[in-house]
Amino acid sequence: MIIANAEVLQLIELGNAVFLLKVHCPEIAREAQPGQFCNVKVSDSNFPLLRRPFSICDVDGDSLSFMFNVPGEGTKTLSHKKVGEVLDILGPLGNGFKISDDYECAVFVAGGLGSAPFPFLTKAMPEEKKIYSFVGGRSSGDVITYGMKNAIISTDDGSKGFKGNVVELLEANKAILDGAKIKVFACGPTPMLRAVKDFCMKYGYNCEVSTECAMACGFGICQGCPIQALDKDGYYLVCKDGPVFDIRKVVI
Amino acid sequence: MDLSVQIGSMRLKNPVMLASGTVGYGNEISNLTDLNKIGAVITKSVSLKPRKGNPPQRIVETSSGMLNAIGLANVGVEEFIKTKVPFLKQFDTNIVCNIAASSIEEYVECTRILSAEDVIKAFEINISCPNVREGGLIFGHDLRAVGEITRKVKAATDKPVIIKLSPNVPDIASYARVVSEEGGDAVSAINTLVGTSFNIYTRKPKLFNVTGGLSGPAIKPVALAKVLEIKRQVKIPIIGIGGIMTWQDAAEFMIVGATAFEIGTVNFVNPNAGVEIAAGLVEYCRKMGIKKISDLTGSYII
Repeated sequence: MIIANAEVLQLIELGNAVFLLKVHCPEIAREAQPGQFCNVKVSDSNFPLLRRPFSICDVDGDSLSFMFNVPGEGTKTLSHKKVGEVLDILGPLGNGFKISDDYECAVFVAGGLGSAPFPFLTKAMPEEKKIYSFVGGRSSGDVITYGMKNAIISTDDGSKGFKGNVVELLEANKAILDGAKIKVFACGPTPMLRAVKDFCMKYGYNCEVSTECAMACGFGICQGCPIQALDKDGYYLVCKDGPVFDIRKVVI
Repeated sequence: MDLSVQIGSMRLKNPVMLASGTVGYGNEISNLTDLNKIGAVITKSVSLKPRKGNPPQRIVETSSGMLNAIGLANVGVEEFIKTKVPFLKQFDTNIVCNIAASSIEEYVECTRILSAEDVIKAFEINISCPNVREGGLIFGHDLRAVGEITRKVKAATDKPVIIKLSPNVPDIASYARVVSEEGGDAVSAINTLVGTSFNIYTRKPKLFNVTGGLSGPAIKPVALAKVLEIKRQVKIPIIGIGGIMTWQDAAEFMIVGATAFEIGTVNFVNPNAGVEIAAGLVEYCRKMGIKKISDLTGSYII
């Protein structure tokens, strides 16, 4: 965990106000693990005041990528950055996904911008593991498959791929998962994570979810991002104990 | 250049103090800054028993500020002594323990127990947390209770006692006066201002707790006015708090009357801010020909 200057290398719009920001930041790039995040200072002034947390979308040598959309002032400011500008980045933060021998097949489930951590995780998975990426969105423009392998798509309005939500898509494709030792990795809106959790509990799949919560610091000093613990009394902190949790540890 | 300042019997190498609730128990922030270069570190509020804190959402960003309703989440006195105090011993800085309680007896009991820990150099008594019903605010708005807490806590320890005042009162200087009359060594001013924020689409409050404490640059002018108000009426040292982001902000607080100052919200954005502010003050004093930074305190010209 360090604070580093990162030079903007590229900023492209993937579609529907979703951006991919690539920065040169060897200090953080060499430490980063899939599922971790960085806290980015988007302006030099006190507005917006707080850093913005972004999943590490990808690491390519000395560079890091982040995916973001533009719902607020902070990300709007970020979307106007120019190549060569320098950002102040704190990272890598939190605990990422576990890559282990316990499963043969990794099933990624992403809703909307929940695709963000998966390009890095895809790249980090050993080659012998099968990967299926289930990617959902409200409409065709909201489906982000950037950097994902074997993407199977759903949209709520049926404008692209399967008509329905991403967990219904999983159910519909369950046959391809049968027989393999699988682990599910999910990132997306909370209702989606809840449905993924129910799906995994129903079929006995291990599952890790990447969670979100409003936070100020990103490393445990503000205590602003609690998530109800399932395996003990009290809370975990999303920033320090997560953002990736085994679904058996937390209340989604 | 003499940057040292005095709060009761506690000597600080510089006037920079890291505010309670913005540094945890020191461990996480120590990876990102050099605590040995800081005048004092004030621990997260400790209460007699552990507290889970409030459910999410606990934080909301506002214009140049933030609202928090953490709810005094803490490990409790026993665990604090067992697992947090040993870590804090390694640093060459003053450790100030912030205490929260739901009764006067609990304030006294916490202070008495923690007084035995050599590493703790002073106590900051939180009588003004706006985020939990038992957070002390009920005391912070009652002159008689503030006096009684000050007197009884002072009797329970030989270490300096700092009372952290609520800004959510009409006449803050009267509270500082009571603290002074009852033997308190200093006041810290100000704690957060009560605020709220609502989602305009759902019409629901953003914070689980509905209201929270507003901090950050947004409150700096209010905090400066409160420090000035106290300084004009009361003699004991004032520790200024409220939206300090830079050394310029810190100098302004000292000019209006602060002996030392606490930085809080800025730690979340720039965990090394304390070290940078101390360095900035050295430069400022050099340029201004100030030999002792304590000469800056209350040097305002009106």
